[in-house]
Amino acid sequence: MMTYEVLTAGFGGQGVLFVGKMLAEIGLLDGKEVSWFPSYGPAMRGGTCNCSVVVSDRPIGSPVVSHPNLLIAMNGPSYDKFIGTVAPDGKAFVDSTLTNPEDSAAKPCDGVRIFSIPATKLAVDNDLIGMANIIILGKLIKETAFASLETVEKAMTGVTKGKERLFALNMKALKLGMEY
Amino acid sequence: MEKILMKGNEACAEAAIRAGCKCYFGYPITPQNEITAYMSKHLPKIDGGVFVQAESEIGAINMIYGCAGSGSRCMTSSSSPGISLKSEGISYIVGADLPCVIVNVQRGGPGLGTIQPSQADYWQATKAIGHGDMRIPILAPASAQEMVDMTLKAFRIAEEYRTPVMILADGLLGQMMEPVSFDNKSLPEADSSWAANGHANSRPKNTINSLYLDPLELEQKIKERFKRYEQITEKEVGAVYDKGAKIVVAAYGSTARVARSAVDKARAEGINAGLFRPQTLWPFPKKQLIEATENAKVVLVTEMSMGQMVDDVKMSLEFKLPVQFFGRTGGFVPNPDEILTKIKELEVSDNA
Amino acid sequence: MPDFKRPHALVDIPTHYCPGCTHGIIHRLVAEVIDDMGIEGDTIGVCPVGCSVLGYFYFNCDMMQASHGRSPAVATGIKRANPDKFVFTYQGDGDLAAIGTAETVHAAARGENITVIFINNAIYGMTGGQMAPTTLPGQTSQTSPYGRNPNTEGFPIRICEMLSTLDGVAYAERVATIDPKSINAAKKAIRKGFEIQKNKKGFSIIEVLSTCPTNWGLTPLKALDWLKENMLPYYPLGVYADKEVRS
Repeated sequence: MMTYEVLTAGFGGQGVLFVGKMLAEIGLLDGKEVSWFPSYGPAMRGGTCNCSVVVSDRPIGSPVVSHPNLLIAMNGPSYDKFIGTVAPDGKAFVDSTLTNPEDSAAKPCDGVRIFSIPATKLAVDNDLIGMANIIILGKLIKETAFASLETVEKAMTGVTKGKERLFALNMKALKLGMEY
Repeated sequence: MEKILMKGNEACAEAAIRAGCKCYFGYPITPQNEITAYMSKHLPKIDGGVFVQAESEIGAINMIYGCAGSGSRCMTSSSSPGISLKSEGISYIVGADLPCVIVNVQRGGPGLGTIQPSQADYWQATKAIGHGDMRIPILAPASAQEMVDMTLKAFRIAEEYRTPVMILADGLLGQMMEPVSFDNKSLPEADSSWAANGHANSRPKNTINSLYLDPLELEQKIKERFKRYEQITEKEVGAVYDKGAKIVVAAYGSTARVARSAVDKARAEGINAGLFRPQTLWPFPKKQLIEATENAKVVLVTEMSMGQMVDDVKMSLEFKLPVQFFGRTGGFVPNPDEILTKIKELEVSDNA
Repeated sequence: MPDFKRPHALVDIPTHYCPGCTHGIIHRLVAEVIDDMGIEGDTIGVCPVGCSVLGYFYFNCDMMQASHGRSPAVATGIKRANPDKFVFTYQGDGDLAAIGTAETVHAAARGENITVIFINNAIYGMTGGQMAPTTLPGQTSQTSPYGRNPNTEGFPIRICEMLSTLDGVAYAERVATIDPKSINAAKKAIRKGFEIQKNKKGFSIIEVLSTCPTNWGLTPLKALDWLKENMLPYYPLGVYADKEVRS
């Protein structure tokens, strides 16, 4: 039995809330209890934003994640703010185009594994601008037992609502991340 | 039953539409905007559906007065500062015995406060929602699914007892997405023989009014209304709770979820803790609390406020048990560890 | 010669209005229009807080009593849920032009298909003669005992002129109840307002200049003279808006 407590964080507009929603949708398809809770505030675009996702076999108490066992940090400020909160056995997925964990004054707890992936650069190089979030999701799917590719694909079908081109682009991004 | 991920606010709006609510009047305020947005998108597509973005909360609640007074099922929603503005209208709606549903997705106050989640409107909702000798039923959901279920229940109670009913949610419940299912059916058409919607020359005229200049008449009106309050207290009170616990943690809404996590952790460590979660805040589930605390040494009330439910807990227990409080305010959601620490403190002092 | 009898839409009970007050005349005009159009069964009236707070006793159609100033919002709620019914509000100057300005302006701006009967007597009647938003410069009242001083109390609001600038207003006319001729004109204007509503053309407001002998401290006849001499120059009668709002 595993409870995933995920925090996704980055600039507004990077798809931080969307990747969180994907995780929740995936959990829902796997028959888990799920919750998704966004930071909300005056900064709709460009400010920092984050969201808490909990996926569990048991009813979810607090939907607010304060010690994530999975962190997606899509920029420097998010890494600095949250890396120290990751649970000792947790994993952090970092967009290394926008932040270098080694330069940060913030340090993770012992036992936290950090996976760096230049997601923004990969997105730009592969005509997938705006899909760095899905590239990181791919990396997360590869490096954890969060869900099978099959479930992720099914969830992607759901959220892209039959738009084939959008689905194909997202799957391309996902696989880029998985293969990195 | 198919489950879909929805924000609590959207789930509430969808549940209202499914319950047969055709008219919505509101004004933008964070963190309830998804309700207004959802209604603006979906109500105009329904036959007879009405959405109006009012000029103010005052305007919105008075549109509700007119709409409910003409016999239509209707709803408004707001967040704390906006509810203060609606207060006048709510009193008139009670005075005229009109059914409607009012949603408060609470944020922190006083004043403009914060847009973050809060439970600081407990006193306002349960004790002083409008001027005059009055109450309104207050339902307290703790999940997106309960936002659905309680919305349906709110309309049912509103129409059965001819009273406004408030759903007292908070920013966390409104903004959070959880899986929800909609198995509720539309409510049956309510009796509207009393409504002012044109007598069509086939009945005596109806008047919607809260003014009674004759004290005897007003006293009778109020006493009759309080009889209905007695029935609501008898039949509509709700709570979920563990039995037999030595340390009972009392919490509602979002805080009850956090408290649940804390209580479960305490139990895993061998502490006999339990949760008491009121689903109605007025009427307060007194009998249920007494049952939940039969074996209790102490009650710990936790809230996202400075302790507004504490008095109701103390009075329900007739001051027979020590009642402690732990809360966060200003927009903080407490975390389970904070509550667990408090539980452990109580366990130690109890053993000492 | 028309048959002079009580309109059916007017309940056969004594009103609480002071002797010489023109509320009674205006109630009658509204009731006559409702009778003439045969719409009593399809009409819902909204009465305000102020002298006409008890108006729900006097009209035979369904009635609602609204909180102070909120009648246009209440009427909006009724009308939106019952678009084929007739909805009118009956409001005084304090109700409509002070505490309820926002509700008035926005119902007008939305082009709500309702008819507003606005009684302007330049004073708060029910509460005992305080200064109203329509009280004239120099006019004394309980709360402007030295006469309304525009430097400190500001200027009266001309509601018809103000609302006529809004695209949602289909019809705005100011009338008076001074003599048979003006009373007939007032009835025509009220009828026009209801006809506009019938044709779903938008917001209509009929401002009726009215007397308050009690709080003005004048006999009914002298009050009419005072209205003619003082109110007519400041609040000229006439049609301020008559336009197509909706197609």
